[in-house]
Amino acid sequence: MEYFLELLLGGLTRGSIYALIALGYTMVYGIIELINFAHGEIYMIGAFTGLIVAGLLTMLGFPGASILAIALVCAIVWAAAYGYTIEKIAYKPLRGAPRLSPLISAIGMSIFLQNYVMLSQTSDFLPFPELIPEFEFLKANNSIMSSSELVIVIVTILSCVGLSLFIKFTKLGKAMRATAQNRTMAMLVGINVDMVISATFIIGSSLAAVGGVLIASHVGQINYYIGFIAGIKAFTAAVLGGIGSIPGAMLGALVLGLTEAFATGYVSSDYEDVFAFCLLVLILIFRPAGIMGKEKTQKV
Amino acid sequence: MSILTQESSQQSFLSAFLTAGCDSVAHALRKSFLAAIWFVFLTFPIMVIRVNTIENTVVWRWENMAYIAISIFFGSYIWRWLLARKEIKKDESKEETRFEGLLTQVQTKPVLKYAALGVIALIAIAFPQVVDLYQTNIMVSCLVYVVLGLGLNIVVGLAGLLDLGYVAFYAVGAYAYALCNMHWGLGFWYALPLGAVLGTLLGVLLGFPVLRLRGDYLAIVTLGFGEIIRLVLENWGEVTMGPSGISRIDRPEFFNMKMSIVDSTTYMYYIMIGLVIFTIFFVNRLQNSRIGRAWLALREDEIACQAMGIDKMKTKLLAFALGATWAGMAGVVFAAKTSFINPASFTFWESAIILSIVVIGGMGSIRGVIAGAIILVLLPEYLRDFAEFRMLLFGAIMVLVMVFRPQGLISAKRKIYKYEASNTASAGNE
Repeated sequence: MEYFLELLLGGLTRGSIYALIALGYTMVYGIIELINFAHGEIYMIGAFTGLIVAGLLTMLGFPGASILAIALVCAIVWAAAYGYTIEKIAYKPLRGAPRLSPLISAIGMSIFLQNYVMLSQTSDFLPFPELIPEFEFLKANNSIMSSSELVIVIVTILSCVGLSLFIKFTKLGKAMRATAQNRTMAMLVGINVDMVISATFIIGSSLAAVGGVLIASHVGQINYYIGFIAGIKAFTAAVLGGIGSIPGAMLGALVLGLTEAFATGYVSSDYEDVFAFCLLVLILIFRPAGIMGKEKTQKV
Repeated sequence: MSILTQESSQQSFLSAFLTAGCDSVAHALRKSFLAAIWFVFLTFPIMVIRVNTIENTVVWRWENMAYIAISIFFGSYIWRWLLARKEIKKDESKEETRFEGLLTQVQTKPVLKYAALGVIALIAIAFPQVVDLYQTNIMVSCLVYVVLGLGLNIVVGLAGLLDLGYVAFYAVGAYAYALCNMHWGLGFWYALPLGAVLGTLLGVLLGFPVLRLRGDYLAIVTLGFGEIIRLVLENWGEVTMGPSGISRIDRPEFFNMKMSIVDSTTYMYYIMIGLVIFTIFFVNRLQNSRIGRAWLALREDEIACQAMGIDKMKTKLLAFALGATWAGMAGVVFAAKTSFINPASFTFWESAIILSIVVIGGMGSIRGVIAGAIILVLLPEYLRDFAEFRMLLFGAIMVLVMVFRPQGLISAKRKIYKYEASNTASAGNE
């Protein structure tokens, strides 16, 4: 029973991180119908920025909690800046080009960013400081949930709720939904589509950066390659839930995280990534629109 | 007079370059300046600071900041100029560049064509006799990439299906030869068709369920598939020997003769030349066949294609399976060439390199893919000092090519059937 609970909590944590990254995929796909391959790299850059800032602040002797806060803010700022710039360089000049073009450009961008971080930082695993403090009340109850797991799950729930409210009620959120429905029509009613797309990239990148810093501090080490696998899995989660749908991405991430945790726990840990990919293939074959997605007919 | 016009044209070029996409020189200057500042900010944490959390030391690399500022300042001028040029050239984008014009001229005039072919054949035959073992080895791996590029070109370039797991079929071919050779001593010449058949089978098996998906889903599923194959190779130790790989794979034999390393490399080289010629011939014939035209049509518009009575599924599956066939064969050659394989040779990066060969060379263009393979494989070999920047440059070039020259280095030329009205009319009269 304890083992089961452990796996369940591990799956929840995993799923939360996937959800934070998957939201960025799903939002971008909803608006410009592009798989932003470089999104996993944004997550990785967020984690690296967090590490660098946290390392600097530790050396300067800042207290524990403020390091976490400042590192998170810096990671968000830089990841958002990267997301914004990537869109301007690699995707914006390609609007209206054949579908394959921005996709290849995105793959190129992802390869570029990975090697950029590898060359300017290191190709080895870097230890990541434990930024999230141990909570007393968890220790007292002898609970199996660690404090970082608790923080990750809570932050994810808060971000998801916040994002849903933002999309539903704010002016920018409404503009996003309008642009996702019909870009030309949105332009006609006076929505600044370029601005909306930029905002989408910025929000998605910020969420990825939060995920990056939190998971890096939970796992304790990062390298330049973490974005690749995390990115693919988060994309799997987004597709699982129905790409383009925000609650779908959260649900898909949860399902994926739990599946992975139980499969590695009860079947074999060697094939951890294989389960995720098999799930993706199966979902795409039997229900291409995902759990929450709607089947769309192709128009001429 | 001519000097004057030249001068003025130079001046106008300079002013066009300096103010491309801006109102005035000052505006352009401000834009570039802002871009430089933005990128300095952007790259600040990653490029300038390097912390060591174990020893608690920080390295500040301020010089990187200056490099970034300078290169972005001038780079932004080039970026804007290229964007502006693309905008102007939009209407004439079908026009050939000077180099392509030269190529077509060579291809259409029989005398030039045979002379060029003769020169290429002579160089190809003489190459291993003139240069040393190391160079021949590099050339063999370059030719392997040419075959892989041409194979992927069928899938991506002709049929427009983005396959990011191409390396899976390559791995299957390589492991098929390595395992059969290890257990049953199967020779290279039996393994080559076996690799091809296994590649085809796997292509059909994978293609059947996933080809119903739309383009970008297909990309992800094939990527996942490539990773699955690699992970299985890594973890299924009893069969594949795990991460340590399989060594001492036999090199190809020439009628049971024992050959020295130099001879067998030379032999390998000629085999590859043969395979490349066979591939070029095959792909060229395919391209102009009924099925090749169906692929091109499918790439352009699926719905119109179905309306014309083309079986979408069958056509796509054929492209996928044929691409996989060549990957399987290339895998066998790779295993024979290196005589050692392990799963590390079949990562996503390999797929990315092959894809960038096709994309940068020119999707759907045989000449382009060959040029792409030669440039992307040979250049990094000779520029060893820059080897670590190789993937960085590949990524950057992929983005730049997509933005500024989507058709690649040498664009594909569709065969045009000219109907000469006057000739046939006069023929009918007589």
